Amino acid sequence: MRLGRILSLAVLALVLGASIAANWLAPAGYAKQYREATDAPPSAAHWLGTDELGRDRFARVLYGTRISLLLAPAAALLSTLLAALIGGLAGYLGGVWSRIAMAVTDLFLSLPWLFLLITVRALMPLDVSPFVSVLVTFLLLGLLGWTTAARVLCASAASVRNSDYVRQARAAGTSGQRLFWVHVVPNLKPVLHAQFWISIPVFILSEANLGILGLGVAEPMPSWGSLLKELESLVSVGAEPWKFVPLVLLVLVVTSFQVLLSRQEDAAA
Amino acid sequence: MRSLRWKIAARALTLLATVLLGGLLSATLVRLAPGFDTDERVLDPHLNAASVQALQNARHRNDNIFYFYCSYLDRAAHGDLGTSVSLGQPVRVLLRERLPLTVRLVGIGLGLSWIFTSMLALVAAWLRLSIYDTITTIVSGGLLCLPAAVLALLSVLWNVPGSIAIALIVFPHTYRYAFNLLMKIYSRPHILAARARGLSEARILLCHVVPVVIPQMLALAGVSVSIAIGAAIPVEALCGLPGVGALAWQAALARDLPLLVNVTILVTLVTLLVNSSADVIGSMFRGQEA
Amino acid sequence: MKIRNCNSGEIAALQSAVAVTVISLGMMVGLAAAQGGQLRFCLHNEPKTFNPLQVDDDAAAAIRYLTGGVLIRLNRQTQQLEPELAESWKISKDGREISFKLRSGIVFSDGTPFTAEDVAYTMQELMDPALHSPTGDSFRSGTGKVEARVISPTQISIRFPAEVAGLDRMFDQVSILSQNSPKKEMAVLGPFMVADYKPGASVLLQRNPNYWKKDEQGRRLPYLDSILLNIQPDRDVEMLQFKRGELDLINTLDSEYFDKLAATSPQVVHDAGPSLDSEQLWFNEVSRAPIAAYKKDWFRSAEFRRAISEAINREDLSRIVYRGHAQPAMGPFSPANKFWFNATLKPPVYSPDEALKALAAEGFRLENGALKDKSGNIVEFSIITNAGNKARERMAVLIQDDLQKIGIHVNVVTLDFPSLIERMTQSFDYDAVILGLTNVDLDPNEEMNVWLSSSGNHQWNPQQKTPETVWEAEIDRLMRVQASSNDPKKRKAAFDRVQEIVVEEQPFIFLINKNALSAVSVRVHGAAPVILSPQTFWNAERLAVSGN
Repeated sequence: MRLGRILSLAVLALVLGASIAANWLAPAGYAKQYREATDAPPSAAHWLGTDELGRDRFARVLYGTRISLLLAPAAALLSTLLAALIGGLAGYLGGVWSRIAMAVTDLFLSLPWLFLLITVRALMPLDVSPFVSVLVTFLLLGLLGWTTAARVLCASAASVRNSDYVRQARAAGTSGQRLFWVHVVPNLKPVLHAQFWISIPVFILSEANLGILGLGVAEPMPSWGSLLKELESLVSVGAEPWKFVPLVLLVLVVTSFQVLLSRQEDAAA
Repeated sequence: MRSLRWKIAARALTLLATVLLGGLLSATLVRLAPGFDTDERVLDPHLNAASVQALQNARHRNDNIFYFYCSYLDRAAHGDLGTSVSLGQPVRVLLRERLPLTVRLVGIGLGLSWIFTSMLALVAAWLRLSIYDTITTIVSGGLLCLPAAVLALLSVLWNVPGSIAIALIVFPHTYRYAFNLLMKIYSRPHILAARARGLSEARILLCHVVPVVIPQMLALAGVSVSIAIGAAIPVEALCGLPGVGALAWQAALARDLPLLVNVTILVTLVTLLVNSSADVIGSMFRGQEA
Repeated sequence: MKIRNCNSGEIAALQSAVAVTVISLGMMVGLAAAQGGQLRFCLHNEPKTFNPLQVDDDAAAAIRYLTGGVLIRLNRQTQQLEPELAESWKISKDGREISFKLRSGIVFSDGTPFTAEDVAYTMQELMDPALHSPTGDSFRSGTGKVEARVISPTQISIRFPAEVAGLDRMFDQVSILSQNSPKKEMAVLGPFMVADYKPGASVLLQRNPNYWKKDEQGRRLPYLDSILLNIQPDRDVEMLQFKRGELDLINTLDSEYFDKLAATSPQVVHDAGPSLDSEQLWFNEVSRAPIAAYKKDWFRSAEFRRAISEAINREDLSRIVYRGHAQPAMGPFSPANKFWFNATLKPPVYSPDEALKALAAEGFRLENGALKDKSGNIVEFSIITNAGNKARERMAVLIQDDLQKIGIHVNVVTLDFPSLIERMTQSFDYDAVILGLTNVDLDPNEEMNVWLSSSGNHQWNPQQKTPETVWEAEIDRLMRVQASSNDPKKRKAAFDRVQEIVVEEQPFIFLINKNALSAVSVRVHGAAPVILSPQTFWNAERLAVSGN
């Protein structure tokens, strides 16, 4: 299925390109308020209409892409690496190490991290630049979001460790490091891919939810998360289908990522 | 026999220690967060200085977190879980009233999501049709991209039980893992060979796929409980279901330490029990496989 | 408490037949036919108490209003005081004593008779310093005890240690408790009583069979059989349920929802005009605040605050954020407060040019689009507000844009409420805040703790040992003058001057007064939404619902 791959690449390139070219494509900056045309439906001047403060939604989608599409995958990558390191090693080493790592993972799963985030916000000055705030937010998401994958990875790695071919390789005198990288890690790929893929939209949404704590993208800067949150006022959205555009776009991007990842898997297999 | 008993004891001890640590850590997190010793009511202009002071003093009572935690544990050992600061009711009563609803909601939601997950992933592995994969990817991706609150609101809009909303929130989180894991196993040489030899799909599934995939699926199932508990918060809050999730959210906003510590300990206990059981059962399967 | 489902099938059938002919203009028109039914609406938070003396949140206040019997009621429509459990009352010349003549033959919901002893008991409980009741605190005018003297079972006089201004209207908030009832605070004298409480889900009120009032035709009030209060914090869900007919009214409606509802069913929405509630912006003027000294200099300068006020386009705030359902605020009191509002105040002007001129006179200058003070510091500050309040967030973003036009860069930060309160009341680590002030009563005494410089609720610079500015000292004096007099003219003159000073000095930059918006289903008869809280169910005893 080369077609799928090409299409996915095209979608990603198009979205990325459009976001880079936002300065030229968008009719105005993301903060420009057309106060006489608030909450307007799509028109020639505003392709996706305007938001409740009269800001061009198309411009906001384009500029929002810059932040969300760069930082969410980066944070997803960070969380995937952490998961691989903690879960993979715990499963591979087994015994006490595995027990400790999994106890920590379980604690991570159950603690009220909301309060850590509130504290982080309190430690940052109020006039912190939006970019730093966003960066910190995604960093935190990356640092906290590895737990699900780590648990599954630990189980996967333990299975691999117990499998016949690893035992044979070990008996043949293959070094521990080599065993880990050559035999264990490739078997963890399906889980790592899943973690990476799921984390992207989850982090994009989490960023918007953290807005209520004063973290994340600050007004007037847009992000996909804040655009998706518009959907939460469902009562009004039903009659205004153009508000679904950010959702459709995000699903498209996420699907493209998945197609690329799964092709890579097929190739590996 | 002795070693088995020892093992069980060691596990139980680890579990207890982790739960207690979880409680302490959560109390510390709440204590450190700004707004811990504030009360919304101090903004009421009717209150005079003495009353405002009294409100603040009541909050300062829990300032020393170690003292609070030790006295909490002491009382908990005698069956008293403390009194909620924001609701003024005994935590034990609150939990007893609300736990059944959450257990049912999360239980049904999880069950449904696992039925969807396993069925759709198995069909994908059997069919190996890229169009099917693309469709499920779009559907699960779409669900993943929708804020949980939107799914909860939709369930109110369409009069669907909240457990369906939970199932739809959890499903995309588990589906991708299950799909990838099954795909990987079905592309292994021995399964391809078994298929070529004409072994029935059911036999392949039972004899070659399940034993390999079970430990990982169990681990995933264990974690999905945590995801479902997290999903219960917006679903309960929006669907007007008075469960522990809505309670926890209220407690967080009001910095209700006694309530939060109890909820965290409860969640930690459930997480640990579920995940440890998944580990134990999973390792039994691994033992078999080996 | 057990739930008893009230089935009024017959009455309902009769109602639906008659309902068509009922015109819900006046409360008394055609209501004789529309009796019974269940009224359903939402509380937006969990009621924290059922004890009327300890009420401190909206949900508990709503329940107190519906269940509590009071001596004097403020008619929410006429804004006049009316006798309730007290047939008449009299305030002594020195303003320290109030005497009530009580109605006789009244019993609590559980059958316990109501006497002057109950009033004395209620006052004693209310004034217990350990209770820290907000209602009780409003009565505390000076040190010393409040003495209630029972003259006869129907006569009582209550003496306060010092003069209390607007004494009689405060009794609107005092629900009388029974001294002898075994049911304690659950024995009530109001039209309804709490029948069932499902924590986190709902409160069911049932009609008080012993309620004393009758309508003009001699029918016993209330008309309703019961009221079901759903506990639902989410406004979207509330709106959905209202549209589906699962709720009969929405007490305070968002302007966005108001317009959406008005588009499809204009007959259910009500805009009662500007309410008493205001939204305001203020700067941190606390001398010990951990912010840069040059920022404090700006914030403590009246010229700077006036310039900011002038640079904010209030028309746009009300037009865009509130979709026209708000009015630019002129000062501390809304024009809706007919008696106390100072009518000589001029409406605020929007003029960024004038603002810039005024700033230039103070040494500020515009360089490359950025405003700098006389020491060369770039003028930049952050506005915090509580997360989740869309209107405030939107106002903050519009103000951000407005101020950008005069070269001021504003950061908008939303915080969860406890964090915000900590910054405002403890750490003072903030530049500016947007928050609202909700007024339940019309009297300026209600806001005593907002204006006194020594008070903790004097938000821009609380708990001053001595007033730090001349104008704050003057406000303190005037507020005390109005509080220690029962002469309406004298009080009004003093508070008029307070309003003028506040407009001159702009410690609070008042932004808008929201309109009182509500939605009432056509099945509810007798509704007449007003601006005073509780806007839609202030006349709950005379409401009726058909067809459920």
